[in-house]
Amino acid sequence: MITIKNLTKRYGKLQVLNGLSVEFERGQVVSIIGPNGSGKTTTIKCLLGMVLPDSGEIYIDDELVLKQWEYRSKIGYMPQISHFPENMKVRQLFEMMKDIRKDVQELDEELIGLYNIQKMWDKRLGALSGGMKQKVSAALAFLFQPDILILDEPTAGLDPLSSEILKAKILKEKKKDKLILITSHIMSEIEEVADDIMCMEEGNLRFYSSIAALKEETGESRLSKAIAKLMMR
Amino acid sequence: MEKVIKYVLYDILRNRIVIGYTGFLLLMSLGLFQLENDPSKAVLSLLNVVLLVVPLISIIFATIHFYNSQEFMELLVAQPINRQKIFYSEYLGVALSLAAAFAIGVGVPVLLFGGSGPAGVYLISAGIFLTFIFVSLAFLASVLTRDKAKGIGLALLLWFYFSLLYDGLVMMVLFYFSEYPLENVSLGMLSLNPIDLGRVLVLLQIDVSALMGYTGALYKSLFSNFTGVLYAGLLMLAWVLLPLMLAKRIFIRKDL
Repeated sequence: MITIKNLTKRYGKLQVLNGLSVEFERGQVVSIIGPNGSGKTTTIKCLLGMVLPDSGEIYIDDELVLKQWEYRSKIGYMPQISHFPENMKVRQLFEMMKDIRKDVQELDEELIGLYNIQKMWDKRLGALSGGMKQKVSAALAFLFQPDILILDEPTAGLDPLSSEILKAKILKEKKKDKLILITSHIMSEIEEVADDIMCMEEGNLRFYSSIAALKEETGESRLSKAIAKLMMR
Repeated sequence: MEKVIKYVLYDILRNRIVIGYTGFLLLMSLGLFQLENDPSKAVLSLLNVVLLVVPLISIIFATIHFYNSQEFMELLVAQPINRQKIFYSEYLGVALSLAAAFAIGVGVPVLLFGGSGPAGVYLISAGIFLTFIFVSLAFLASVLTRDKAKGIGLALLLWFYFSLLYDGLVMMVLFYFSEYPLENVSLGMLSLNPIDLGRVLVLLQIDVSALMGYTGALYKSLFSNFTGVLYAGLLMLAWVLLPLMLAKRIFIRKDL
């Protein structure tokens, strides 16, 4: 579903992506891991067209997407830190998004209900706490029933109950044959929702395989140990 | 695109600065027409204030608005919307609301009390052109740097250059080369500053152009016919479009 070929990006002197090539298929839940600054968020931003790569190609459903925009209707994105227009009210934000995406008829408002977002309907987005913004952001990502979900550290800042709700939601969407990409640092969480792990290091792929295969290869029963073992090599 | 403009306009109306700006212009115009008995003199005083205030408010407000809309734009670029569309919607939202403020604040009083003669109409069109031009320049300054303070500094510098520095430079050239025929040179230099262009266009409609000597006579012969006015109009349009196109080019390649 997504094919990335030879993606490179440098910010000034810093080489963030260094010839990254990878493929993702429908029905996969892939967890993107790696040390801080290994290019996870930049890869995601390239997928969304927020950052333009210096070279390389990205195909989504066999279409080249660089400098295109229509393809973004297939993607739901939850950023690491949500920036919203401060003066807008939560209700206005949702109304605006629905207005912009009028093409989508059937909305998935499950998370709005589960997170009780109606309760903060009349609050300004600038007045929301970090965790509340994350909830709004999660509800927006799932709202238009996209085929691809990109969640950048989704549970960072969420309370345990809300994290559980989100994880349950991810598993539910996975059954609908969607592609879900998650970056996270919490191994136990990855083990719960993901099938495959893509590990990045210095802007390139370190390894990319299923969790089961990783455990078998290292002989460890816990994912965190298995990954630590692989990274030490 | 209209949808995005709609939300940009909502946002601008909410912070009330544009409403205050409209009120200020309205109060000033009405006041000047009350003080002066001769409407053409009032138009002249109004011209001087307009040429100073309109560019300043336009460029500063547009720059601050652009930086404050960063989150809004980030939200939209992850949606299936063309970046170019986001940029033009932001531009039109800001420029149209400031132009409307000017049209209400200065345009209406001038049309009501400005007396007959084309000077008032020229003043209004010059003000609206300057609004669009300085919003363009503001967007250019904003896409050039990520830092808000630097962006506002750059915008202020541009305003300072066009309102004050440039005239000094022109004076210097005219002074040092006063031995030579400078009519065409001064005409050329005039084209390079939209504020001066606006000033001359309005002045020529009021009978003070006689004070400008030979150069004034040259301007008068050039700008009093249709081709001259067309030339000035096209020049103003170029001043709107060139910075805007450049800013758009930078914006669609920018990493957000």
